Amino acid sequence: MSKVLNINVLDERRNSILCNARGKGDSIQCNKNSAAGSVSQRACVYCGARVVLNPITDAYHIVHGPIGCSSYTWDIRGSLTSGAEVYRNSFSTDLREKDIIFGGEKKLSAAIDEIVAQYKPKVIFVYSTCVVGIIGDDLDAVCKTAQQKHNIRVIPVRSTGFAGNKASGYRAACDAIMELIGNEERPAKPQGINFLGDFNLAGELWIIKGYLKSLGIKLHTAITGDSTCDSLKEAVKAQLNIVQCTGSMHYLARKMQEKFDIPFINVSFCGVEDTVKSLLNLANAIGDECIVKKAKEFVVEKASRTEKLLEQYRQRLAGKKVAIYVGGGFKAISLIKQFADLGMKTVIVGTQTGREEEYQTIKELADEGTIILDDSNPFELEAFIKEKQADILVGGVKERPLAYKLCVAFLDHNHERKHPLSGFEGALNFAQETDLSVNSPVWGLVKRKWGETDEKLCQSEC
Amino acid sequence: MRNFVNLNVNPCNMCMPMGAAGVFKGIEHCMVLMHGSQGCSTYIRRHMATHYNEPIDIASSSLNEKGTVYGGSANLKKALKNVIKLYRPRVVGITTTCLAETIGEDLGGIINEFFAEEKIKGIDCLAVSSPGYGGSQYKGHYYTARKTVEHFVKNGGKSPKVNVIVGSMSPGDIRHLKEILSLFDIAYTLFPDISETLDGGCQEYYNRMPEGGTPISALKEMGKAAATLEIGAMVADEDSPGLYLKEAYGIPLYRLPLPIGLQNTDALMEALAGISGRGVPMKIRKERARYLDAMIDAHKYNAEGRVGIFGDPELIYAATSICLENCFTPCVVASGPANGKILPALDSLGSSFNRDFIKLADTDFETISKHVQDTGVNLLIGPSDGAFMTEKFGIPLVRTGFPVHDRMGAQRKVVIGYTGSMQLLDELTNILLDQKHQTFRANLHKAYWR
Repeated sequence: MSKVLNINVLDERRNSILCNARGKGDSIQCNKNSAAGSVSQRACVYCGARVVLNPITDAYHIVHGPIGCSSYTWDIRGSLTSGAEVYRNSFSTDLREKDIIFGGEKKLSAAIDEIVAQYKPKVIFVYSTCVVGIIGDDLDAVCKTAQQKHNIRVIPVRSTGFAGNKASGYRAACDAIMELIGNEERPAKPQGINFLGDFNLAGELWIIKGYLKSLGIKLHTAITGDSTCDSLKEAVKAQLNIVQCTGSMHYLARKMQEKFDIPFINVSFCGVEDTVKSLLNLANAIGDECIVKKAKEFVVEKASRTEKLLEQYRQRLAGKKVAIYVGGGFKAISLIKQFADLGMKTVIVGTQTGREEEYQTIKELADEGTIILDDSNPFELEAFIKEKQADILVGGVKERPLAYKLCVAFLDHNHERKHPLSGFEGALNFAQETDLSVNSPVWGLVKRKWGETDEKLCQSEC
Repeated sequence: MRNFVNLNVNPCNMCMPMGAAGVFKGIEHCMVLMHGSQGCSTYIRRHMATHYNEPIDIASSSLNEKGTVYGGSANLKKALKNVIKLYRPRVVGITTTCLAETIGEDLGGIINEFFAEEKIKGIDCLAVSSPGYGGSQYKGHYYTARKTVEHFVKNGGKSPKVNVIVGSMSPGDIRHLKEILSLFDIAYTLFPDISETLDGGCQEYYNRMPEGGTPISALKEMGKAAATLEIGAMVADEDSPGLYLKEAYGIPLYRLPLPIGLQNTDALMEALAGISGRGVPMKIRKERARYLDAMIDAHKYNAEGRVGIFGDPELIYAATSICLENCFTPCVVASGPANGKILPALDSLGSSFNRDFIKLADTDFETISKHVQDTGVNLLIGPSDGAFMTEKFGIPLVRTGFPVHDRMGAQRKVVIGYTGSMQLLDELTNILLDQKHQTFRANLHKAYWR
């Protein structure tokens, strides 16, 4: 472990912070429960499940719990739909004190009856929350009974908030998807692909779908962006799964491999380099000569056009310093590369749910002296942003005001954004947004000053 | 009072810990800690961050399976220790969540043990029982305010100061209220005071424990005040901090509605005039006169407004009041939170203007939007969550209350007092004018061109 810190960082956080040094076998503590009182930026199991399943556009998502869980997650993500809009509603059993005392099973089953009578849904997902886990409502039994009674799919999502962390919620969601797919029959000669881990934020899925069409690759099922209950069952017909958000979907990919014998590869459509590489890898994995040829031509043409447009931003962004704090490790890796491509230097990189092997890759990609953080908090982010004199922070909604208070630019890599960051089009949006924020005249006017009180935190030079 | 019996479809309220957090954010050097699983604090932080555009640091005891089965004492103590180390607060405000409440945590005991074990001095710590299933953010706000007062106030006595207890108002509104109090030359303790803590300026150096908030020393002296002015006309008696101070220390209490609109603002000014023993200052009289002028200028246009109002009980009462005074027709008035006083209050407000309208409490947006469509509403007033009605039905929404996610400036928007009411009224009128201007040519052409 290289010595990193002089600041008053919490003892139990020390092994989750690393100052990158080459040739050392340092490892970072990750995939642990958050330290109590550390002001972690993470959410809960329920949140993990909700974000994965929510973009299934024609499903009825019932939150079995008190109102807050449903209220705080109502339509807050920018997942777009090409059809049904059911998923943009928030259904809750709105448990009250007496339900906690006497149990909420009756209310849940009555709630399902009401939804069925009113909307005739195909599929209902029922999410478990903290309090439901404690009072011991038997979700499985209620769902099973309702399923038989109404002859529709009623699938429990085991997302009790305290039972693990956000990643456990991803797995609960994947289990629910597996349950939905059930024992659908796999064709003798499967063709085409599924796209796992794109949630169609700001239409990103549609961009990639366009690429696949140009290459002549059939996309069976997107999981779960702009998907429907029926389209998810089509997933068994694919010959290959491509996995973008590995944090949430690696588990599902493995399950589908075990059960249906569908192989998978990882892809990333963040930035030109990753997009090109992913499309070529995909074409090779499908192994069709014609598709490989098309892919080669397609990426050359698209990349060269994009490169030309990116040039203007490179001139304006060269040498700027970046702090990354995002949800998953795979995204962080893509971001380091994408910023490097713009001539920018990543000085801090952290994730909420990154995995050991992803941190290893981050260590290899990042410069010496880069601060690497797992499950960080505002206290550390502030300290390291000051120490490293970052020019821009990339993160989600909660991080934005912190960056602005520190007079640092911000790039929204969150789930509420209104513009795509995927593919060649996304790479341009990414560069443009970075430029708009980093090079805003406002920073010159507010005259950024760094605290004089902070000692040098990182002992390794950058 | 909603379409479905067992379901809330699209919530028009949040939960108790949200209200509790808002109150703690209004105490000087107070760090908020939620005893429960990690998600509660994260979601509440996210909601507050988009509304106030400020960093919202709220810690969690991050309860997991182990803590849930064997009790969360170790987690809570660890959280307290860490929060004190990172933030150096003067007060830690602990809110419980569904989880902590249901497993029956003895917060008082754990806190006492912690302070004894760690020998920590000079930090105050109070815990409020605020399970998410126990009520809405509205109840959470006043209940927490009351528990805070009960915690800090130990003695009665005599002081010329006035207690001013406020509900969920924007920092901008609270700053305006302070100006009004200053004009009356009243010495006051305003609580909770988020005017600086949740709307700080750009400083040379960032301070993670922002300055501002109600001073602890002032909180302790609230039992000696000459009077209490509580903005919260719909608050249940058992949740009222002002009523507690009246019953425990004999402090005269003025309970007032949110001062939006003429009559509600008049009520505030009359109370302040009474308390201060002097007349209404000239500056405020002039503001009132200007507001009356604005009301006259706009009354005919406003008469074309058919309004849907939703949010917490204080907001909807005051918004209905300003609408009735200004000739708008309220069509649907809906409280997301359950509340015992709001429906009779709206009844009596409506009948004083000879108007009847649909009144709902403990409702959801699915129900509200059905009535909004049925009654031909052309203007909406309430928090951002109603914006889907703009998206679906094309009805414009004037964003007020909490939360406002999708507009800049919610933290500094002023809607109280004569000046704030005038600004709100202008905003409402201008939307109607805009609707008129956008459509009258086509409408008349369609109707009469031969």
